[in-house]
Amino acid sequence: MKRLAQHTLFWPAITLALLLVASSLFNPSFLALTWRDGHLFGSVIDILNRAAPLIVVSLGMTLVIAVRGLDISVGAVVAIAAAVAALMIGGSFSATGEVRSDYPLWLALATALAVAAACGLWNGLLVVKAGMQPIVATLILMVAGRGIAQLLTGGQIITVYYAPFFSLGNGFLLGLPVALWLAASLWAALHFVMSRTALGLFVRSIGGNPEAARVAGVRSAAITLCVYTFCGLAAGVAGLIVSSNVKSADANNAGQLLELDAILAVTLGGTALTGGRFTLAGTVIGALIIQTLTSMIYSLGVPPEVNLVVKAALVFAVMLLQSAEFRQLVSRAARGSAT
Amino acid sequence: MNRKLLPLTVTIALFVAMAAFGAIRYDGFFSPQVFLNLLIDNAFLCIVAVGMTFVILSGGIDLSVGAVIALTTMISATLLDAGWNPYAAMALVLVLGAAFGALQGFLIQRFSLAPFLVTLAGMFLARGCCYLISTESIPIDDATYAAIAQARIPVGLGASLTIGGLIALAVVAVAMRIAHSSEFGRTVYALGGGESSARLMGLSVDSTKIGVYLLSGACAALGGIVMTFYMLSGYSLHAVGLELDAIAAVVIGGTLLAGGVGYVAGTLFGVLILGIIQTLIAFDGSLSSWWTKIVVGALLLLFCLLQRLFEGRTPKSAQGTA
Amino acid sequence: MNDAAIVLRARDISRAFPGVQALSGVELTLRAGEVHALMGQNGAGKSTLIKILTGVYAPDAGSIELLGKPVTPQSPIHAQALGISAVHQESHLLPNLSVAENICAGRYPRRPWTRGGGIDWRETERRAAELLASLGINLDVWQLAGGLPAALQQLATVARAVSTDARALILDEPTSSLDADEVQALFTLIRRLRDKGVAILFVTHFLDQVYEICDRMTILRNGRFVGEYACARLDAHGLVAAMVGREVAAAVGKTAAAEHAVDNTSGAPVLAARNISRRGQLKPMDIELKTGEVLGLAGLLGSGRTELARLLFALDARDTGDIRIDGQPAKLDNPGDALRLGLGFCPEDRKHSGIVADLSVRENIALALQARMGLTKFLKLSEQRQIAEKLVAALGVKTASIETPIGQLSGGNQQKAIIARWLATHPRVLILDEPTRGIDVAAKQELMHEILELARGGTAVLFISAEIDEVVRVSDRIMVLRDRAKAGDLPRGADENAVYSLIAASHKA
Repeated sequence: MKRLAQHTLFWPAITLALLLVASSLFNPSFLALTWRDGHLFGSVIDILNRAAPLIVVSLGMTLVIAVRGLDISVGAVVAIAAAVAALMIGGSFSATGEVRSDYPLWLALATALAVAAACGLWNGLLVVKAGMQPIVATLILMVAGRGIAQLLTGGQIITVYYAPFFSLGNGFLLGLPVALWLAASLWAALHFVMSRTALGLFVRSIGGNPEAARVAGVRSAAITLCVYTFCGLAAGVAGLIVSSNVKSADANNAGQLLELDAILAVTLGGTALTGGRFTLAGTVIGALIIQTLTSMIYSLGVPPEVNLVVKAALVFAVMLLQSAEFRQLVSRAARGSAT
Repeated sequence: MNRKLLPLTVTIALFVAMAAFGAIRYDGFFSPQVFLNLLIDNAFLCIVAVGMTFVILSGGIDLSVGAVIALTTMISATLLDAGWNPYAAMALVLVLGAAFGALQGFLIQRFSLAPFLVTLAGMFLARGCCYLISTESIPIDDATYAAIAQARIPVGLGASLTIGGLIALAVVAVAMRIAHSSEFGRTVYALGGGESSARLMGLSVDSTKIGVYLLSGACAALGGIVMTFYMLSGYSLHAVGLELDAIAAVVIGGTLLAGGVGYVAGTLFGVLILGIIQTLIAFDGSLSSWWTKIVVGALLLLFCLLQRLFEGRTPKSAQGTA
Repeated sequence: MNDAAIVLRARDISRAFPGVQALSGVELTLRAGEVHALMGQNGAGKSTLIKILTGVYAPDAGSIELLGKPVTPQSPIHAQALGISAVHQESHLLPNLSVAENICAGRYPRRPWTRGGGIDWRETERRAAELLASLGINLDVWQLAGGLPAALQQLATVARAVSTDARALILDEPTSSLDADEVQALFTLIRRLRDKGVAILFVTHFLDQVYEICDRMTILRNGRFVGEYACARLDAHGLVAAMVGREVAAAVGKTAAAEHAVDNTSGAPVLAARNISRRGQLKPMDIELKTGEVLGLAGLLGSGRTELARLLFALDARDTGDIRIDGQPAKLDNPGDALRLGLGFCPEDRKHSGIVADLSVRENIALALQARMGLTKFLKLSEQRQIAEKLVAALGVKTASIETPIGQLSGGNQQKAIIARWLATHPRVLILDEPTRGIDVAAKQELMHEILELARGGTAVLFISAEIDEVVRVSDRIMVLRDRAKAGDLPRGADENAVYSLIAASHKA
């Protein structure tokens, strides 16, 4: 049992399990799943669906944090991607009253993703080529990016009328939400890359000791650039899911505080901010914890304002548990010995 | 000593250049009141940024300041509504702000937690408490507050300063003194230079670490008080994103985000530059206000690149993320 | 030497860590006005003992007495307040503060309230300047500490340690980064302090320095106290025997050199660099390495040896010059290129540029090989294990298992693991920058042997070391640098004096 407790995923998994148990205590039908309208239906499905954008962004953030970086611009990139997609799809009513999109859907989506990836690349270049600290480099895009998104949308909320777009955030495939499939595929793809290529080892060595990795011949610059680009791309995917879900692009509010949630998800999952070792599964669990918590609060009828306070308490709890000094303090108190 | 002053010189030069640009291009720009308004409109940002300067100099970061400002306005408004003496209310929120900061500092120091995460959680907590108090705006109609808000102190040349602006200047002056002439201030710089080295030297690293966050919390509370003069209301959505503006002001003011290098005076100019961007855009009239964000971002980029060039000549170990 | 002069006495000190008994029953006696050496191989327990004396660790058993009174240092600050100061290997100055501030930090002179309060900067300047002058150190006190060369930072650190009225001063490997002149300046300072009655504990692995400056020595081996001796009574041979516990060949390298009598330098140079330079770091020079040859690179601190190595391995960009591999011009712009061309580089500072502390020994060893193979050709776990185990055995790396995080190994074993990393790539050219630094005598011999084996197998080795006798023993040819330029080449059979002459020639200019 002790060995199990030392596994990196132990605490995140236990936390999630406790939350699920608590939710079902408050709401007996919490874990119930039914088949309705051609897809699975239930609170759990709801949570998975809503968590999808966060999972996607957090996966990208995990790798960035693992190389000792940080990307606080993901919220702004979400807004930018949503704006680009909404603008390109637009949606004009044709003579017959049906909605057509200005550009083919695939082109709009691809462009939005390309722009998002370019944002990630921009961040990466600032960090790698200009040698800026990650928090500073991404702070720039965080500040300017919102402005850019607002510029694109003219400060308005752009509504999208083109129905096929909605399936990203609202559709179902084989009974499960499309968004969930997207998140799951991204995770699976990353997992495949980690296990079949040396990327995991390289990322861990760059994060563990960047200079040593460089001396050992690891192409740190190229890999770091890729990681940041991927993070931008992930934010773009999340932006598409989010805007599809609400059928609009809101440059002001889209992705607000998302970077903080993503960082929280990554750390809840067990990846340290100092870089090096990382866990993708932990991040997924972390994102699910955040979403389950939000849902639980909502379903309890507690005002949503409490959400922030609870998130805060959760962050403190996890941080303290991960702190060696705190654990020492607790075990010393438990043993009752004075040092 | 001269090389250390280079970033500050650049900042001041930029400010002068922008002021000159504005004076040439727009009528009425070069009036004393316009310049004093830079300080008046950004007095609370200035106070908060000064507190942030100390935190960043020590190698940390404080993301909770915007939320603490909002919480300060909410608590002030609530207390005043309940009939508290205005000065007692101000004293209480100052103490609360300092205590909040000190608590964050304690967690960071005692349990070796990442400042980024702790103050992030602090931000959530403070904002959440704001919402718990009320999601609506609470107006302040206390007579003392109104009087302070309207007071104008003439400084000659037909221009006048508000109490808030005066407080901001006083805070800058006191902070400059602390940074340069006190043991605490020098230990802050030492912390930024290398915590383990500072510790081995026997410097009071632990209490200083807690101290900078206490100071930042107190400055945030003071900034909140000044904001209540300015807004005459308590509102949960006050100062959203202000911490980023504060960080931008500090960086543009020449302080390295990695810590150890920088001047409080620089932060003052950083705030003025942020203010002047707003003013220039307002004077122009044709640019939408979100250009401000883009320009601030571009300036931030410029300064960070300059800092990189400067750093390239002085060896300093990288300290990763804040 | 009577007991009245005892400043610090540690009795029967024991300390264990999970899995290892670092110290057991160790004794140490420091007397006033005496320089006392602490000797032992890596892993003997020296640094643990120092940490106990300075309050970083508490001993499991035993006692410490300062001037006859029992003391329990709780922390380095507390130890300093008690009168036990320490200066560690890496100087611990704050790079962003001036020298004056570094010296006075924590003890700034204050102006009286009547004159405004706050720090009295003029007095600070005066105190710092006076202190440095009294120690014969010539520095502008307002210079930023970060801009000083490592040696001067070290002297300033000692100055600071001394300024706290220390009764016992511990110097842990203070001469590692100093050249001969600076060592003498430090020794003058030490003698001055000794004459003032300070008890000095001097930790070093330079045997000649021990005999030059120290009066007595304490020897540790495997955490146990071997004995305390007067330097006059135990010669170097006996000292090494006491440390290593076995009879060491009188001249470690002679056998090695004899083995390498075979001349296998033939054919075109495998690596040839012409006119290679980097502004501010290295003046233009040529260097070439032939297959199976050991080229020694000798020179004082600051002569440009590491800079040259870094340019050859493309860690730093060269401003001029071209590099040819096997006579063909080669694109060599980053470490990845170097790796692919068959070069390997074992850096000087293993903590900073060598090990990835959190990764296992296996992963560290496999890293360069994997980097060369690229992203997609993944070394399977079983292959990594095989390679790692083989090399760990071959080099004698002491580790609980290959899955242990490398950060837990001792310095010497970490060094061996990094060398293993490069050996795994079967390099054609291996650059070793100070591979024997911080390694005990026995391990050094093994390493030298390994280097010669490598050369015999056809690898060209560039061997950089500050210890000129090592360079002389192991190299086929020697290239001497001084002041970032080439001073000359020396053929086989050259002795240390020839090297010294080449280096010394500059100082007249």
